[in-house]
Amino acid sequence: MGAADAAARRLGVMLGQPLAEAQAMYRDLTIVDADPEGDATGLRALAAWCQRYAPLTAADLPDAIRIDSTGADHLWGGEAAMMADLHRRLSDVGLSVRMAVADTPGAAWALSHYGAETITLCPAGRVAEALHPLPIPSLRLSADTVQGLDRMGFARVGELMAAKRAPLSRRFSADLLRQLDYATGASFEPLEPQAAAQLIRERLTFVEPLVTAEAFATVIDRLSRLVSTELERRGEGARRLDLVCERVDGSQQLIALGTARPVQSAKQLARLLAERIETIDPGLGVEAMVLWVARAEPTTPAQIEAWSPQSGVAKSLGELAPLIDRLVARFGAGQVYRLAPVESDVPERGVRRIGPLAPPDGRAWPPNLPRPLRLLTPPQSVQAIALLPDQPPVAFTWRRQRHLIRRADGPERIFGEWWKRDSERTLSRDYWAVEDEAGDRFWLYRNGDGEDPETGNLAWFLHGIF
Amino acid sequence: MTGFLEKQQLSDLRTMIAGLERLSVSKSAGQVLPFGVAPLDRHLPWGGLRLPGLHEWADLGLGQPYASAAGLMVAGILARRDGPVLWVSERPDLYAPALGNVGLSPDRVLHVTARRTVAAVMEEALRLGRFAGIVGEVRQIEPTAARRLQLAAEAAGLPAFVLRRPPRRETAIAPIAALTRWRIARVPSGPVLPEAPHVPGLAPALWRLDLIRCRGAEAASWIVEACDATGHIRLPAALADRSVAPAAAGPQSRAG
Repeated sequence: MGAADAAARRLGVMLGQPLAEAQAMYRDLTIVDADPEGDATGLRALAAWCQRYAPLTAADLPDAIRIDSTGADHLWGGEAAMMADLHRRLSDVGLSVRMAVADTPGAAWALSHYGAETITLCPAGRVAEALHPLPIPSLRLSADTVQGLDRMGFARVGELMAAKRAPLSRRFSADLLRQLDYATGASFEPLEPQAAAQLIRERLTFVEPLVTAEAFATVIDRLSRLVSTELERRGEGARRLDLVCERVDGSQQLIALGTARPVQSAKQLARLLAERIETIDPGLGVEAMVLWVARAEPTTPAQIEAWSPQSGVAKSLGELAPLIDRLVARFGAGQVYRLAPVESDVPERGVRRIGPLAPPDGRAWPPNLPRPLRLLTPPQSVQAIALLPDQPPVAFTWRRQRHLIRRADGPERIFGEWWKRDSERTLSRDYWAVEDEAGDRFWLYRNGDGEDPETGNLAWFLHGIF
Repeated sequence: MTGFLEKQQLSDLRTMIAGLERLSVSKSAGQVLPFGVAPLDRHLPWGGLRLPGLHEWADLGLGQPYASAAGLMVAGILARRDGPVLWVSERPDLYAPALGNVGLSPDRVLHVTARRTVAAVMEEALRLGRFAGIVGEVRQIEPTAARRLQLAAEAAGLPAFVLRRPPRRETAIAPIAALTRWRIARVPSGPVLPEAPHVPGLAPALWRLDLIRCRGAEAASWIVEACDATGHIRLPAALADRSVAPAAAGPQSRAG
């Protein structure tokens, strides 16, 4: 038995079992001849497909795929979102997968094969901690080494990490310590990537390793021209770019960029990449640079909808895209955005961020209600004096300063969203826009409706400054 | 000799005339936005706010770290222009529905959180043009960065607004080379219905606009009603029962 699916395993079929024995346990067992060649081909094809996530992927026979997602996860909204997307797509086609993200390929392999969860996200810098409870075979060791360690009483990786290295290296081959160092990140494990034919990929190698920003800029210009020519031939523009810097010591750095709309011009590509030159860590020198177009789209114009046709913004959109791309490259996708309304009565949930060129979804902003320009997050606790149930506060104290209230508008009652959280079922807030004796205006609220203690504890908060 | 002098005078005159013509051309090309408040527009050398250039706005008093009156004022100005608005901040605490309340649809506003490089982003955006205006919120700004912004805004023919947000109240704000510099102080507002002062509610907020520096105009102050739903400020309707404000109709000269 080389492999068994979940149903077979439930019946007690074990790997390495003779076929006859398994068939004796369950007569109708479906038997498929092992096809290692076919499996390997399939795994390589799947690894190539995974390049939609990051350009450096490799099949790790017999059963794993490695993805170097360094610098690429932000395009998916973080590692968790990227993993969720990958998991969903693979599950949709009927594959059962275990996945892990970690600082090192070794740790990711260990966690995906031996971790407690189907999907493991190991936070940066926490590899050692995550490896601690895993069994020894998670280090990808030869059967001999595993047996030997077992005999010496080692069961967990953590015990191995705590042990003295010299006796270990004397007793076992260099293999053991190397695998351990690969997993903990003490030494760098190279990944042999696999290229997919349909992607645009240009590579330049240098006789003398490069270290200066000027040199990188020159190379980026040349790569951009090469890629741009190919994009032009295909009538496509780049939506995602990956720049791989290959250092002399065999390590690599990936710089990934997303664009707001397909970009074809060499000048624009070069400008986008130039924003990231500072992040290149040349180490001992960069001996080759590769520019990939990880995602391309046809450059048909006028695909993007206008934000709001009545304001005349539509026509300026096209010219904004280059600036937006540069800003996104510099600050990250989350820092360049527009704000859109959300159908929610709870003020802090009433706004969400959308992409800089996202078309409007037709939702309207709420009508003119008193809303402050600055929202305090989280709302700040204040001491207020007010007559229950529905009189405005007479005075409140914020940051040790007392404000006498001269005028007020309210209350505006806002109810908890019971469909979001059960604890909000009975909650309500009463909002007041108030002006103090100096003319400053504040947005205050009280937890609860002032009558029913179920609705809130009557505490007052400052939620905004008009 | 006299011939040479005459020639010199003549060419000087020509330069002057050309300068005047340029000024009038720029005015006709929609480069001045009147506030719609007669005493204020009369006081400014351009008959309104000259758009190409850098304008500095800040709050006075408790609101200083938030610059929310300044922010609403600038949003009101931009609400009256067409096109997208770039709003660059160091930290995101802007609540979009408030922009809509002064007529600036939040759909038109592109936000960038730029931490310490607000001025650089503003300058880059000015070079691109295509915006109705560019707003930057800064804790501090280098004098050279401000001068570059002023030049870039002039060259682009676009308004750039810098909102000063000192981290604490009553921090001295170092002057910068802007075309105009303004402060907004809050003033207690009157009752909603002057004839029935006990009816609860909030009338439009009152601001004291202080013009503290402007090329070609004296420093002056006006009391106005805060931006309405179309972004316009106006002279207060009812001043009768207010104790705070002195004459609000004309510019007051200020010491310092």
